[in-house]
This record gives sequence, structure tokens and C-alpha cells, in this order.
Amino acid sequence: MTKKNKNFDIWKVVSIVVLAMYLLFLMWPLLKLFLQAFFKQGQFTIEQFVNFFSQRYYRKSITNSLKVSSLATLLTLVIGIPLAYFYQMYEIKGKGLLQVIIILCSMSAPFIGAYSWIMLLGRSGVITVAIKNLTGFTIPDIYGFNGILLVLALQLFPLVFLYVSGALKNIDNSLLEASENMGCTGTKRFLTLIIPLIMPTIIAATLMVFMRAFADFGTPLLIGEGYQTFPVVIYNAYFSETGSDRGFGAAVSIIAIAITAIIFLFQRYVNSKFTFTMNAMNSIERKPLKGIKAVLINLYCWFMVGLAFLPQVYVIYTSFLKTSGKLFVKGYSLDSYRLAFRNLRRAVPNTFKIGLAALAIVIFLAIIIAYLVVRRSNFVNKIIDTLSMIPYIIPGSVVGIALVMAFSKKPLVLTGTVAIMVIALVIRRIPYTIRSSVATLQQIPLSIEEAAISLGATKMKAFFGITVPMMANGILSGAIMSWVTIITELSTAIILYNLRTVTLTLAVYTYVSRGNYGIAAAYATILTVATILSLLLYMFIAKTDEVSF
Amino acid sequence: MSVNIKINHAVKRYGDNTIITDLSLNIKEGEFFTLLGPSGCGKTTLLRMIAGFNSIEGGDFYFNDTRINDMDPAKRNIGMVFQNYAIFPNMTVEKNVAYGLKNRKLPKEEIKETTDRFLKLMKIEEYRSRMPEKLSGGQQQRVALARALAITPNVLLMDEPLSNLDAKLRVEMRTVIKEIQNTIGITTVYVTHDQEEAMAVSDRIAVMNLGDIQQIGTPKVLYQRPTNLFVATFIGRTNIVDGKLKIEDGKTMLHFPSGYACEMDNILDEYKYDQKVKVSIRPEELVVDTKNKEGIKAIIDDAVFLGLNTHYFVHTDDGDKIEIIQESKIDSIIEKGTEIYLQVKKEKINIFDENGQYNLVKGVINDLDLYTGD
Repeated sequence: MTKKNKNFDIWKVVSIVVLAMYLLFLMWPLLKLFLQAFFKQGQFTIEQFVNFFSQRYYRKSITNSLKVSSLATLLTLVIGIPLAYFYQMYEIKGKGLLQVIIILCSMSAPFIGAYSWIMLLGRSGVITVAIKNLTGFTIPDIYGFNGILLVLALQLFPLVFLYVSGALKNIDNSLLEASENMGCTGTKRFLTLIIPLIMPTIIAATLMVFMRAFADFGTPLLIGEGYQTFPVVIYNAYFSETGSDRGFGAAVSIIAIAITAIIFLFQRYVNSKFTFTMNAMNSIERKPLKGIKAVLINLYCWFMVGLAFLPQVYVIYTSFLKTSGKLFVKGYSLDSYRLAFRNLRRAVPNTFKIGLAALAIVIFLAIIIAYLVVRRSNFVNKIIDTLSMIPYIIPGSVVGIALVMAFSKKPLVLTGTVAIMVIALVIRRIPYTIRSSVATLQQIPLSIEEAAISLGATKMKAFFGITVPMMANGILSGAIMSWVTIITELSTAIILYNLRTVTLTLAVYTYVSRGNYGIAAAYATILTVATILSLLLYMFIAKTDEVSF
Repeated sequence: MSVNIKINHAVKRYGDNTIITDLSLNIKEGEFFTLLGPSGCGKTTLLRMIAGFNSIEGGDFYFNDTRINDMDPAKRNIGMVFQNYAIFPNMTVEKNVAYGLKNRKLPKEEIKETTDRFLKLMKIEEYRSRMPEKLSGGQQQRVALARALAITPNVLLMDEPLSNLDAKLRVEMRTVIKEIQNTIGITTVYVTHDQEEAMAVSDRIAVMNLGDIQQIGTPKVLYQRPTNLFVATFIGRTNIVDGKLKIEDGKTMLHFPSGYACEMDNILDEYKYDQKVKVSIRPEELVVDTKNKEGIKAIIDDAVFLGLNTHYFVHTDDGDKIEIIQESKIDSIIEKGTEIYLQVKKEKINIFDENGQYNLVKGVINDLDLYTGD
């Protein structure tokens, strides 16, 4: 009896600690944001919002963002769904490599793609120049809308691929055979059976891609030129107001949260119309391809993946070029790396220090919260569940702005520290890890834990000794994804960093924006290598070549 | 060491919903005791209350003289076999079996020795280093049983352990379970909705419906002298026919609607008065007469030859459908459409009051009556 009560209390304490952390690091900064936006010298005001909506320049940035994000999302679906379908249905040549490349593409920082495409297709890009020299013809400008669209679509379709091919794997082969029996095959089967079956996943992927496209800040900043998008406006509003009146930056942040919240709720509503679960006893078997169909399908897959991978390859290539000042010159050298290491020795250790700390906290908290939500549902834990969803709808730069507003004054000054970077990354990443942990935990029958308890294990031991190891695979794949998004994170970090807390991604960005492409390429290459190594590590530990989010 | 389990006036509520209102039960030491009932009758709920995974809203649960209501599940010393086996998928067969022993912090050699003994007993030695996903359903079942028994529990609890197996394995495994239980002599509480399975393994069965125990008894008693209509229909197959009980010249006569009547000499004295009744006649309790026109007139709709027995499906003039089981004869099967006359083996049939609440026939033993007074 006493034992039971003791256990109960431990988890109660855990609940309260977790709740307190959410209140301090999430709700307090958000409250601060609201106060800044709606109050001026203690007076309630909507002046900042009026200010925003009365200027065409600002209004336009919202429609611009919506336009480019929706179109990019549509493109990713058009490219990614057939790719996933082909990949799961047919024997594609070198399918293992294909998948690894797709995963790599999904993991790279978007703005690296942007700047690589500038080097390739920009005004003095190698392809532009080559075509002009050969044919005298000038290809259309890639700056602005087209450029953002190109970069986002190529950057994000791998995500759609990973989501959809995961869902396709859950379709039982007998469903396909049944439909074949009833005379429905090929494209008709794809449209009438397979697409409806994976609809929930497509919706989830659509939202994910749209949110990322909408919140992406590096790409439009580099390649957008005159085409203003909303995240850039947030960034500018914040930096132009720093030190004086932060009200406007806060107001813009609130508008951003409102927009993403609407999108999120809309997705929830749509998704609630498509809820069913599938579990394949026999997965779909890949069929060999023959003739012209084989050529076309292979060509499609490799062309699309190649196109998405091109920027990364090109960046790596340029990192070995000889440079003179900011210019590339003929010949190869390791100068860029030498300069990169000399200029910013901190970036690499910082990346690992901040990244690993954030990752460890994310995993630990996600497991604890998943346990509280799934196995110990009560009032406090339901609140935690709801709070844990909030970061979904807060764009990265807004997280940064809110944290700065909350923690730059006493009693708790964190701005400029490693801690605030870690906190920001944890906040941004934790909802995803919690969702995947919750999903994994829900699939583990309670009777497994009960079996352990009936065999004399304590509740804690049963959970950490049996359930957590069973969740390990789910946690691990989630952790790798988290790790990669953490080390390539830009939009929050750019608001919080200083010279002491600079990371690889920030270093790349800084050098790209200064036009120092050689050093930037060297950093980007290091980042890419770190990503590849993480991926290989994951495949080695999880003993699989399949990655899922 | 086995224990007896005593449950006095147990209550189970989920919110405002009362699943079990007042349930008492006494399970003897070393007994194979089965909770049998349709789904939703509360049998698994009761089992989980004994295991400690469900809270107890009222009443007392005892293992011997120890009240276990508030005892931690880990301390109750029970072995439990779950419907989905709940084998730890991240451990080998051997580690699964050793898990409970390790929690007791026993010396290494003892753990090894006990684990080996139970792996051998359940005939799964050769799979000891396999991961559970590489095992068939029957093998997983054996691992689950070995794991539950290895800790030498006081009580073995089994929650529909065979329901995930195919028919043939189910029969095989229930024999294994029965044998092991006999060998070890452990008090066992077994939950199932399959009456045939219950009959095959149990020393005694408690038939449950809607959160109440209807009857407790040996398989033989439940089958031959069910306490009410529910038990009669739930255990085995039976035909229910309307009838009338009449006292004529001091004799108790049972009248069937067709006019056929027979004298009953085993009706309890307190029920000897004129009344409408429900008669439960099992398929093998009917005698088919094709020559003398004595009995209930019926027409054969279908005849199914099953080797040892032949099943006849017939209908009477009143439209009652009746099933008959006859030992197969060497000469021939009675043709469809044949007119036959049915008599009953009156010492075997059971007669219930009009609402099916109680049996009017002598010889009903319901162990439940032993503790309803206490």
C-alpha cells in the first residue's frame, strides 16, 4: 500500500515539473509576446495591427507567402507521390541508394539549396553562363517567385516521398490483389484505391510541407530578392525594432501564429474525416519492370532525385575550388576549409554541444510526456498534452522572438547563452518527438507492462525496462530526424545566436550572406558530412535502410 | 505453495457504470477453476481484480487469510498468462522466462536452473535463444506459460490464453495446460468464453452472465443439472420446448403441446403444482420412434452424418425446430421428409419455470449457494 502511494506521488511530481517547464519556457514567452503586441505603456492598443494591415507592403507579404507555399506544396505532392508509388511497387535500379539520397535531400537546410541554385542558375551561374555562351540565349531569371518555388519544391518533395512510401508499406498486398480480382489495375487502381487508402498520410504530409514552406525563411531571404515573404518580414520587423519599440515585431509574430493556427486547425478538421488504421500482414511486393515502362519509370525517379541532390553535390564541389578573396578561380584547393576552421573554430563544437544537449532533453521529455499522456491520463496530464501541441503552430522565428522578450531581463537572463539556444531547439522539436512517442506507446499493449509487474517488477522498472526498449526503434528514428532538423535549424537560431553560440548552419548562412561562397561551401560540406554520418549511424543501429518520420 | 482464493461481495464500477454488483466466490487450493461467460459478462474484469490490475470498489479478496485488496500486483505472487501472451519482444525466450526470477534477485545459478527446468517442462528448450517474433503462436503460448510458472506463483491466472490460436492448436494447448496444471498442482483461474474449452480443462466452472455468477459446479453438474435456462443454453447444445406441468391422480405429468405427455418422478416437492414450464432437452436426450406413433410428431428437414453420430434437424407441428443427435447406425440414415415421433429420456431432461429462473428437477448442485448466505 505504501509502495503504491509512493509510486503514484513520483509521477505526480513529474507531471507538475513538466507542467511548470511548459509554463515557464513556452507560455510565459507567449504571454510576453501578447503583452508587447497589445499594450503600449500599460494601455491596451491595436495600433500595431492597424499599422501592419494598413500597409500594402506587409499585406502583400502574406499573400506572397500563401501563394508560393501552396504552389510549392502542390508541386511536392505531384512529384513525391508518384515517386513513392513507383519506389514501393516496382524494382527501381539502385533503389537502396535512391532512398539514401532522398533522405539526405530531405535533411539538408533549405537555404543551402537556394544558394547553390543561385550559383547554378543565377545571373552569373554556371549553367546560365554555359547556355548563354553555347546558344546566346538567356534563360529566365530564377530570382523571386520562381526561384523560391523551385527550391522549396525540390527541397520538400523528399518529405512527401518518405511519408507516402511509409503509408504504402502499410497497405496489405491482399487489398491490391482483391482489387485486381475485381478488374481494377494500374492507374485506375492507383487513383481509386491506393490514393484513398493513403489519404490520411497525404494530408499529414501536405500540412507538414506547407508549414515548412510557409515558415521557411532562409530561401526567400537569399533567392527572393524583391519577392517579400512573411517570415522575412517578421525577421526584418524584429531586427529593425530591436532596442526601441518591440511592439510591432510582437504584433507580426501574433499574426504569424494566427495564420499557422488556422492552417493547423483546418488540417485537423480535414483529417478527422479520414480516420482509419491499416496494418499490413503482407506488404506489397515490388514487381520487376520491363521495356519502355522500365526506362521511363527509372528515368523519372533518378531525374527527380538527381535534381534534388544536385545543389548539395555542387556545394561540395565548390568547397574544393580555389578561391581568391570572395571569388572562385581555376584549380582546386583546401583553402576554403583552412579559412573555415581558422575563422570560426567554435561552430563545429557548438553544433554538437547544443544539438546533443537539445536532443537528449527532447528524447527524455518526450518519453516522460508520452507516458503521462497515454498511461496516466488525468487533468494535469491532459493540459500537458494540449500544451505540447502548441509549438506546432509557432513559426521558428516567433519562438526566437518570444524567448528573447521573456528572458532578456532579470530575474532570468538567458539571451546570448547556450541555454537559450538549447531551450529554443527543444521547444521547436519536442512536439514531433512527443507525437511519435505517443503513437509508438499506444501500439504497445498495456498487458506487456502488466506481465512485467505480475512477475515482480515495479511500475518504474516495467516502464523503463520493458516498454521503453520496445519504443526504442520509434524513438531512435525520431531522434535521428530530430538531430538533423536541430543541426540544420536556422530561423530560430538566427534570432538567438551570438558569436559564442554560432553553429554550422549559422556559419554557412553568415558567409553566404556576405558573399563568401568558398567558406560557406566548406561549412555546408561539413554539415552535409555530419548529416550523412548521422544517417549511416542510424541505419547501423536500427539495422534498416528505411527511414520514417 | 498454492493458496485458496476467497472473494466476498466484490463490487466493480467504472464511473457510474456498475459491472459487478455483488459477487462471492471460493476457489479451492490447487483447483483448476474457470470463469466462463459471454463477452461483457465481467469475467476478465474479475480476473484482473484478482491480479491487481483493476481497482476493487467493494468487497474483500483473500489469498488464504491474507487480504490482497490493496496489495501491489507485483507482491501478490501471481503468474499471469495474457490473451496476447505479452511476451517481451525485446528479449530472447530464455530472458523472458528468467525475467521474474531476476526481479527476485535470486542467485544466478538458481535462475539458470529454474529457467532450464521450465524451458524443458514446456518443451521450448531448443528455442531458448530465439527472439519471440521468430516463434509460432503455440510456441509463444508455451513461453508465456513457462514465464508465468517459473516464479512459482501461488496462483496462476489465464485470460483467454487460447483465443489467438487456430482450432487444432487450441485443442493441443489446452491438453498441455491441463497436464502442466496437474503436475504442478497450482491454484488456477482461467477465463474463457468457449464452453467446450472450459469443460475440457476445468475442475469447476463458474458460469457468469451480466456481472453475476449463475452457477458454480463441475462440468458434469453444469451439463446435466443446470440451475437455470441461461446455463442450460450456454453449456452445450439444447432444445427449449414449452410445456405444462400438471398434477393428475397424484402423479406429476409433463405435457408437450403436441399432446404427448410423460410422468416425471424427479420434480422437487415445492414445485409440484400446475404451471407452464420451459423444457430443456439436449439433442442426445431424444428417442426417435418411426414405428409406434407415440411421442411428439416431427418431420425431418435435414440429416447430417458426422461419423460417430448423425444429426437430425426436424420441425414439429407447432413450428418448433429441434436438433437430434443419434449414434450412427449401420443400416441407413432416416430420409428427409420422413414423419417421426420423439420421446424424451425423462431422467435426463431439465424443466425450468416459465421465466427460466430455476430448475424444478432434483439434483441441481450450485456451489454458489454455499456462500450467498455468508
